[in-house]
Amino acid sequence: MSKNIHTEIDDRGYYGRFGGAFIPEMLHPNVEELRTKYLGMIAEPDFKKEFDALLKDYVGRPSPLYFAKRMSEHYGTNIYLKREDLNHTGAHKINNTIGQILVAQRLGKKRIIAETGAGQHGVATATVCALVGLECIVYMGEIDIARQAPNVARMRMLGAEVRPALSGSKTLKDATNEAIRDWINNPEDTHYIIGSVVGPHPYPDMVARFQSVISEEMKWQLQEHTGRDYPDAIVACVGGGSNAAGAFYHYLNDQRVRLVAVEAAGMGVDTGESAATSVLGTEGIIHGSRTLLMQTEDGQVIEPYSISAGLDYPGIGPLHAFLIDSKRAEAIAVTDEDALAAALFTARTEGIIPALETAHAFAALDQMKYGKDDVVVVCLSGRGDKDLAAFTTYLDGL
Amino acid sequence: MNRLSKLFTAKDKNLLNVYFTAGYPELDSTETIIRSLAESGADLIEVGVPYSDPMADGETIQNSSMQALKNGMTLDILFQQLTSAREHTEVPMVMMGYFNQVMQYGPERFCKAAHEAGVDGLILPDLPVYEYETEFKAIAEKYDLQVTFLITPQTSSERINKIGALSTGFIYVVSSSSITGKSGGITEEQKAYFARIASLNLPQPRLIGFGISDAKSFRTACEYANGAIIGSAFIRALAGEHDVAAATAAFVGRILGPVE
Repeated sequence: MSKNIHTEIDDRGYYGRFGGAFIPEMLHPNVEELRTKYLGMIAEPDFKKEFDALLKDYVGRPSPLYFAKRMSEHYGTNIYLKREDLNHTGAHKINNTIGQILVAQRLGKKRIIAETGAGQHGVATATVCALVGLECIVYMGEIDIARQAPNVARMRMLGAEVRPALSGSKTLKDATNEAIRDWINNPEDTHYIIGSVVGPHPYPDMVARFQSVISEEMKWQLQEHTGRDYPDAIVACVGGGSNAAGAFYHYLNDQRVRLVAVEAAGMGVDTGESAATSVLGTEGIIHGSRTLLMQTEDGQVIEPYSISAGLDYPGIGPLHAFLIDSKRAEAIAVTDEDALAAALFTARTEGIIPALETAHAFAALDQMKYGKDDVVVVCLSGRGDKDLAAFTTYLDGL
Repeated sequence: MNRLSKLFTAKDKNLLNVYFTAGYPELDSTETIIRSLAESGADLIEVGVPYSDPMADGETIQNSSMQALKNGMTLDILFQQLTSAREHTEVPMVMMGYFNQVMQYGPERFCKAAHEAGVDGLILPDLPVYEYETEFKAIAEKYDLQVTFLITPQTSSERINKIGALSTGFIYVVSSSSITGKSGGITEEQKAYFARIASLNLPQPRLIGFGISDAKSFRTACEYANGAIIGSAFIRALAGEHDVAAATAAFVGRILGPVE
């Protein structure tokens, strides 16, 4: 298991056979401009300086790596939580939106669009738009608008316009379709801030790079806590997969580290009400990239289901499709019910209320085996304030 | 000889290409629409393969696609319907869909079935040029399917020439930066863009599409290209119509008739 796998994309944006840019010609100039400029842009000293300063002073990074003592005792191992929930706006999403707003400014764009599922990316985008004074339009599935009302209110407070996506399943997939259509209609002045490691090349790579600060910090934080700079396992939830990509990034080629991607099983993987893409998906094209997705034999996208709006997505980023296909990462599926129970357990064991998305990662701990000296990092991708309505319903039903 | 080539040899002006969504308004409307379009004067027909996530399409085609899928449309059914329609008409037919549909059916199997059903060309807006060149071109050529690429007002002249060199079918000139289904006349800016494309002397015929919705916009587009494509306006004309054949004939009549 010591050989390195090729986790870098090639020049057309493929991880192995996953990725690429399957886009209509109408999107070509914008995507091509990004493709040819993003690496140079983010390597510029001025860009790095501005990005790092905003992450430190505005977002509040580095986010702590916290030893979860009581949870560790419960599982008989050593569990550390990477506290992305303590970032400004309450999730890892802001790492990416800070990076992309700097890109948009350098491209001279005047108008920002985004899709959002749970609303965390929408809030993070509305936030950076307010920060630099750019117009912001966020597409959100009608169902998600209802189930993540607090984040809708936050976006409006921040000056963003929230436009409901009314097509298809009225969730994240459809919000993404609407954002893409908006970009086709507004090719000159608009930048599309995609919120996950999905979409046409270069988005998956660009977003992964902005989120890679998570594992960059983990390295020195683990060194401080444990005397070595790597864990035995990293556990992260995956919808499109941006927090997982960030948490895995600097360990992709470190075979000592188990990478665990946790998907939403919804009502159960075999119930027809699920979003467990790695189990239910086959290779195909969604939102411009070749990856694993839930689809019929005819290639029609199957509408997914999860209680978690952020994981309710029928695809998965091409990096994760590659990692799972090549067996570098393992996938675990967690039901709504187990995620809710894990959220309650985390709240009462560590005094931390996680987002429903993150609760899936905590629930996966029940499905794993550990040695007592193992070091396990859970990426605590977001806080659960937005999910109190779902938690309250759950508590009332106990 | 491919029916598209035959058509373009015989006629190079005022070509009317009408798009419809297969399986809309009813699952079995396909053959009726094709025959009626051909009889009433459409020069070529674009068969829209309904897709769950058509990212380049506006509300009209999204909704007709959803309805077609609800009606039970599948690729196997569609190929049967096209085979049956082909027994009655020699009108050139082009399938328009998204590459994932081809990929899942299997590129070779898809092209073979299309060819056997009497299809003459393909439009796959999200098929990238590189993947076309390396994986798809040979298969499409083997089954005599002409592949059409899109160009837009933002496409550079350099890229247009590249696309011109690769396209085996007509060039689809997207009239404005938009998804399908917008209407409201052709602006001076668009005319300048059409004239710029015309001056490039591309080897293929050019058809202008997106936003062409009535006799007036069809005529204007034809002044700058070999013809034009109408889609969403036709889908809207079919909504709520019980006599699909009559509604189709009436629509084509309005497009080819006098400008109101």
